[in-house]
Amino acid sequence: MTEHLAHASASPATNGHPRDPAPAPGGLVIDYAPSIESDKIVQIPARHQLYIGGKWTQPAAGRYFDSINPATNQVLSEIAEADASDVDAAVRAARRSYDRTWSKLSGRERGRYLFRIARLIQERSRELAVLETIDNGKPIRESRDVDLPLVAAHFFYYAGWADKLEYALPGRKVGPIGVAGQIIPWNFPLLMAAWKIAPALACGNTVVLKPAEQTPLTALKLMEIFEEAGLPPGVVNLVTGAGEAGAALVAHPGVDKIAFTGSTEVGKIIARSVAGSGKKLTLELGGKSAHIVFEDAAIDQAVEGVINGIYFNQGHVCCAGSRLLLEESVSGVFLDKLKVRMRQLRVGNPLDKNTDIGAINSIGELDKIKRLIELGKQEGSSYFEPEEIKLPQAGNFLRPCFFSDVASSHTLCRVEVFGPVLTVSTFRTPAEAVAKANDTPYGLAAGIWSEKGSKIHKVASGLRAGVIWANTYNQFDPTSPFGGYGESGYGREGGRHGLLPYLEILG
Amino acid sequence: MKTADLKLPVLKTHKLYIGGAFPRSESGRSYPLVRPGAKKPFAQLCLGSRKDLRAAVDAALGAQHGWAARSAYNRGQILYRAAEMIEGRADSWLALLREGLGLTPAQAERALAGTIDALVYYAGATDKYPQVIGAVNPVAGPHHNFTTPEAVGVIGLIFAEDPDPAAIAARIAAAIAAGNTVVALLPGRAGGLVAEFGEAFATSDLPGGVVNLLSGSAAELASQFGSHMEIQGLTYLGGDHAVQTELERLGADNMKRYLRPGGPLLALERVLDFVEYKTVWHPIGY
Repeated sequence: MTEHLAHASASPATNGHPRDPAPAPGGLVIDYAPSIESDKIVQIPARHQLYIGGKWTQPAAGRYFDSINPATNQVLSEIAEADASDVDAAVRAARRSYDRTWSKLSGRERGRYLFRIARLIQERSRELAVLETIDNGKPIRESRDVDLPLVAAHFFYYAGWADKLEYALPGRKVGPIGVAGQIIPWNFPLLMAAWKIAPALACGNTVVLKPAEQTPLTALKLMEIFEEAGLPPGVVNLVTGAGEAGAALVAHPGVDKIAFTGSTEVGKIIARSVAGSGKKLTLELGGKSAHIVFEDAAIDQAVEGVINGIYFNQGHVCCAGSRLLLEESVSGVFLDKLKVRMRQLRVGNPLDKNTDIGAINSIGELDKIKRLIELGKQEGSSYFEPEEIKLPQAGNFLRPCFFSDVASSHTLCRVEVFGPVLTVSTFRTPAEAVAKANDTPYGLAAGIWSEKGSKIHKVASGLRAGVIWANTYNQFDPTSPFGGYGESGYGREGGRHGLLPYLEILG
Repeated sequence: MKTADLKLPVLKTHKLYIGGAFPRSESGRSYPLVRPGAKKPFAQLCLGSRKDLRAAVDAALGAQHGWAARSAYNRGQILYRAAEMIEGRADSWLALLREGLGLTPAQAERALAGTIDALVYYAGATDKYPQVIGAVNPVAGPHHNFTTPEAVGVIGLIFAEDPDPAAIAARIAAAIAAGNTVVALLPGRAGGLVAEFGEAFATSDLPGGVVNLLSGSAAELASQFGSHMEIQGLTYLGGDHAVQTELERLGADNMKRYLRPGGPLLALERVLDFVEYKTVWHPIGY
């Protein structure tokens, strides 16, 4: 990586903010020469089939859709579009495999498969990271350093649980549920596949996975890895497609459990759909997570945490810290520092190892975020974006931004934007901060910045959120349960608690 | 002057138990509690209305934060006190179970013992389940990471019409042991238990609003439980599949935690039915 220091050539856009400082202290900005990760490691077939019962299978209706590189909007591959009959075949294959093979294996044997899978993922992690970045648009630095290590770790963690399930719920005998239908989103495609598949298999269930139509490529590659690991046919089946395939999977009477990660809107539709069916359901849904900074916080660290909280993965993060709550006494200095830091963010080619913010995942998503930004401007809060950040000509790119002086009633404070858009409001007392943080039907995550331990514990206990990051943000680990309160869904993924949704209590 | 004929007892109207008080239904409606096979009613019960339900949810919502903030030890003491209060009123309970609800003397004794057992079981659970299900998670990095269970919030419990006081005690106690507050509908004949349970809870230092009890009609009120946006968890024990389906469907609007009935009555996982898991991260370093 080469870098050189250059004098800032353009005066910063102030957007009417009186406190808007120079782009960087001393008038210096750091410029980076491109450092592009080679995509030669990845071979993408022109066409992908469904993976059912261990065989690559053409879709019954013969329909295919395109998977697009969001950084260029070029077609990467044609993807089979599953319909209800394909989903039926996949569920039957999963059931056969459950009855004949997987539920009969010992936990130790199941664990051995999962350990092998974890190793193979580690060995092919660069290839998978590049493929993820190409298909999803996230910076290679994230897919390489965050997604892929966590994917392998997740399989490794749950591999070890497979022969220790008698410790999952103390005093209770447990067993698998059956066939799990799993529907995952496009923001962390392979990581979400790992979060879903690893605990399901460890507990002895078989799986029909439906990846998001925008980002199926790494899940398809994962099926190759399963084959390579010798996983018996039908233990994991993959149906690609959009809402129709997902709806068919949710409605299929042969599915015993549904696990869904995605929007609250779709989560509610799924919950209504399975009502009365007896199917078990876990939902990991949207969020509008509060990020609280107290005046006694380590401010520079907090600025970094807030940047990571909202702009990580283009803001396509269910637990993104999208509502910044600043203690009034430090709001001025904090926003000044935040602007300085935002001007240093590098938006562009996701394969560039310097890139901080990659491509918005799809044109549709980009349009949605832009509409919400316009709405935010109309509703009258102050808007900031570092205008000097140059965006690539092609592809779906957006500058990071924030709205300050927002009220809890503003749209952007209530709806999940799922993009690099932060709202900022202030508070005077810890109680007010907690009240504002909880003033949403969501309850996925929250952040607290303070150097006072007792305050952190008091505030954390008052926050209605499933994951609370104190003096850090967006940390993930396979041993750490993840999931929300309220309309952010139910059930946990990760940790011992992540086993429970995939187990039946037998007595 | 002759004294009143003591063979003509006062026909009582049992009231609701909402926010620590014993109001009549705002609707002014009532229905008779008649023992199976009997001709004369044992008592009149309030036919709880939608408005009574809303008042009960308000009371439960108002009480929830404070109740959850009580120490686990204190919640356990109060549940144990409720068991003591019921034991102290054993005669009154047994009379109700036999004459109001039609249980045989042996059944009544068992039902009362089961009720007391349930309260004692969950009295002892309040400071155990967080240790059983909580965790310190060994994350791969310099962070302290721990998971603790917390109350879901306001829980709706719709019981069966066939009165089963031990089940009612167990479900209510399990929910409040974790710091939830409860709005329970004891429909039909089960409504005959509202007064005795209310009496026990009202005299056991349980803060008003932690448990709210309605008698009335499940057909009238069940869907109101399902659609109420401040009820965050719900169990329906009435056994009508159509009602259950409807409640699950309605509950999706605010992502209610919907618990299908089943499993043992006295078990720590009944407490876990209505808990959330909160995981807190903090860096480790100088």
